[in-house]
Amino acid sequence: MDKRTKIIEILRQLAGKPIDPTPDESLFESGLLDSFALADLVSALEAEFGVRIPDSSLRPRVFDTVTRIEALVESRS
Amino acid sequence: MAYLRALGCYLPSRVVENSEVAPLVGVDAGWLLEATGIEQRRFAAPEESVASLGARAAEACLENAGLAAREVGLVVVASGSAEQRFPGPASAIGAALGIPGTPAIDLPMASAGSLFGLALGARLCRDYGNVLVVGAEIMSRVVRLEPAFRDTAILFGDGAGACLLSEQPGFARVADSILCTDGEFRQALHLDLDAPLAMDGRTIILQAARKLPRVISELLERNQCEPGRVGTFLMHQANLNLITRVARSLGVPEAKFYRNLGRYGNTSSASLLIAAAEWWRETGGSPTEPAVFAAFGAGLNWGALLAVPGACATGT
Repeated sequence: MDKRTKIIEILRQLAGKPIDPTPDESLFESGLLDSFALADLVSALEAEFGVRIPDSSLRPRVFDTVTRIEALVESRS
Repeated sequence: MAYLRALGCYLPSRVVENSEVAPLVGVDAGWLLEATGIEQRRFAAPEESVASLGARAAEACLENAGLAAREVGLVVVASGSAEQRFPGPASAIGAALGIPGTPAIDLPMASAGSLFGLALGARLCRDYGNVLVVGAEIMSRVVRLEPAFRDTAILFGDGAGACLLSEQPGFARVADSILCTDGEFRQALHLDLDAPLAMDGRTIILQAARKLPRVISELLERNQCEPGRVGTFLMHQANLNLITRVARSLGVPEAKFYRNLGRYGNTSSASLLIAAAEWWRETGGSPTEPAVFAAFGAGLNWGALLAVPGACATGT
């Protein structure tokens, strides 16, 4: 499973429903990700990809789309 | 060595229900409760000030301690909603207590101010004797009850709390504390002159959900105290979801986290001491297990303090 697919799977688990966001769709504006799910997303990404996301990278815009999340994970791998 | 000797709090008498706030900000009262966990909050009367609320809490604390105001050696007041740029409310609270000449200093910090006051006050007891830490806020005057400001307007309330610290034995000893600041995110929560409070809620939650469990874990680890040994976690009452996440991160039952957010909303720097005062009263003034105080707020400032049952209990 590639990174993007894994990221979407994590988002589905957090949303608790079979969502299918497009790569550049805003997860916040579409209501797929709220503030608290965002905090859980960070933990899930660290666990799934074995990366450490520093506090300085904990900015909402970094997690707003699947493409951006993928770029963050890639940069920390 | 510093001890917590007594606590006290003051809440304005006016209770503001969700049914009053909701139509002003254009939401349903039921949604407001579900989204925030807040059922009601208190709003100060027009004639009340941050200092007058703080003075009432200070008086309650001193009465609970059985101590005369003249025996206080230092007053520390935390508030992010003071009416004036200077002087802050500390000097007015000192005056209200009738202790001219006693130093009174301000910590102009929202949310985490009381925690900083407790940690610093504990270190100042040796030089100043009895240190009275006060957290007082009138948040209802720094938000706007309008639909455009809904996200902040629904959260806050007014109130004050106080704690007396001393080298004389009290109900709990301040074993250790950690204070932290990260100015990189200072614009995520700010209150400018002549503008309502502004908050980037996503950034605040993201940072708090990471930093709070970490600082509490660090504090407990370096004091060889397993989280399960802590009797009560007293947190700044910012958000029920945040409290839940911190509990989950630490692996302790959520029931160990004291909560009064539903009754008072977020009272910023007052909330930690209001919660602590109510918890202390509920223990009959003699808690038997360690307690962790923790807060996170504008700055960003955050930290945690460990208090363990003292050599003897104070009278209540």
